[in-house]
Amino acid sequence: MLHTVKEGWLTFKSIFTGMGITMKHLFQPSVTLQYPDERDELPANARAKLYVDIDDCIGCNLCARACPVNCIDIETVMATEDVDLGKTSTGNPKRFWLTRFNIDMAKCMYCDLCVHPCPTECIKMVQEYEYSEFDRTNLIYHFSNLSPEMVAEVKDKAEKEAEEKKRQREEAKRKKEEEAKKKKEAEAKKKEQEKDENPAGEDSKGKDPSKKNSSDNK
Amino acid sequence: MTLLNAGSTSAVAILIHAAIPLTIILVYALVAIWGERKIAGFIQDRLGPMRVGGFHGWAQSIADLLKLLQKEDIIPTDASRFLFKFAPFMMFAASYAAFAVIPFSSSYIGSSVDIGVFYLVAVTSILTLSIIMAGWASNNKWSLLGGMRSAAQMVSYEVPTIATILTVIVVSGSLNLMTVTEMQSGNDILGFIPNWFIFQNPFLLIAFGIFFISILAESHRVPFDLPESESELVAGYQTEYSGIRWAMFMLAEYADMLLLSLVGATLFFGGWNSPFGDFLSGPGWGYFWFLFKGLLLVFVMMWIRWTLPRYRVDQLMQICWSVLIPLSFVNLVLVAIWEVIFN
Repeated sequence: MLHTVKEGWLTFKSIFTGMGITMKHLFQPSVTLQYPDERDELPANARAKLYVDIDDCIGCNLCARACPVNCIDIETVMATEDVDLGKTSTGNPKRFWLTRFNIDMAKCMYCDLCVHPCPTECIKMVQEYEYSEFDRTNLIYHFSNLSPEMVAEVKDKAEKEAEEKKRQREEAKRKKEEEAKKKKEAEAKKKEQEKDENPAGEDSKGKDPSKKNSSDNK
Repeated sequence: MTLLNAGSTSAVAILIHAAIPLTIILVYALVAIWGERKIAGFIQDRLGPMRVGGFHGWAQSIADLLKLLQKEDIIPTDASRFLFKFAPFMMFAASYAAFAVIPFSSSYIGSSVDIGVFYLVAVTSILTLSIIMAGWASNNKWSLLGGMRSAAQMVSYEVPTIATILTVIVVSGSLNLMTVTEMQSGNDILGFIPNWFIFQNPFLLIAFGIFFISILAESHRVPFDLPESESELVAGYQTEYSGIRWAMFMLAEYADMLLLSLVGATLFFGGWNSPFGDFLSGPGWGYFWFLFKGLLLVFVMMWIRWTLPRYRVDQLMQICWSVLIPLSFVNLVLVAIWEVIFN
């Protein structure tokens, strides 16, 4: 009996304690932020959408290599010798055409790892977080500012230059080889002549002078 | 009583009489559903609905109602079609019919019958029937389980409710709610406390406690909302309902809540009597005070809903049969003894 009374008392006490707490909260100001109307200020180091300042990019590919999910896709073309791409705002000389610089934000996991390796600080996270799309492919952001014709032209030029260089290199190689051959032949001739001039001294060592000659050539 | 005398024979007057509680119920339901969501929000340090209609989303329930009206009226293939369609309307009719004997003001009562309380108790028991009807007709095991839980709960809790109503009847000596309210006029206790039954007698205070717990259970409010417990029975007997039929259930539920609160206000808190004696009293103020008291009890019900967790079925039954029913009958005897000694 006493136990029941005690239990009952405890029940009522806890009910009224609970109701007191909820009544207190009824008059507390709410913590709700009316989102589309009001927005919270993001912290300065908030990780959100990626942005690339393409004018500052030197095409070093460090960000793409740092990315754990491979969401950065960069294609560069070496600038031909007749073009000067200028310098970045940090003073680094630019040597690549950036024919493709795509970031797939659908894959991005906001790890921030691509931001730190950038030598010119051109890839960074901006405070924008409302960029949902109906089509997933719209989440691939294209940062390259070259037009398709430009890209084709640049590639063509670079290819031609590369071919030219390759041809030049091959020619140089061939020339070198030829020269080396000539030199050797000349050397071999010289030795032969020396032998002919002084046959007596060499006779004791080798009976067949032609054999020795062939081994020299090897 | 002018309205009552003017048209006791004409059909127009009957319609007007019927329309007053209906208007009150409909407006109340819209406000209460919005209010419940706001209160829930504020208690949880949120804001609740904010966007429909400008100021604090006041038109939210209207928008919800319009949405429910546009929805398809889905009836399950294997359901018992007539019972399935009929149950929500019967449920609302049962709550609405009970408003006939509620004295809204000194000048307005739908039907001033001498068996008012008896009629009220009898009519509200149809609610149980309509819930079982809905659960059975849905041909769904969860609905049926919900309906059966509900029936068990309502039948059980009707006993302490009626026992506590009886304690008031013992004091008032009349089953007519208008007479019961008139008996509570005046401020005679210690010169300023109103003559409401809850202040007249310490045992009536206990009676009110039991009554309030029982009406929480009867109107399926937390912590006794087992028939429609969202997390366990997927809303119980309402599972298969959608659109306007579901809205009827919701309306009936809120009407039931108001009805029982108003009965509580009539029996224990002096009905339409002003708490300040003659100050701010009169037929017009009568409506205000009566609805104010009723809505205050509705607010307490909402407040409890957002505070307490739900009981288990066995706990629910234990509270009723082994605590509330014995207590209410002992209380009835004590009130009767008090009446014999002091009056």
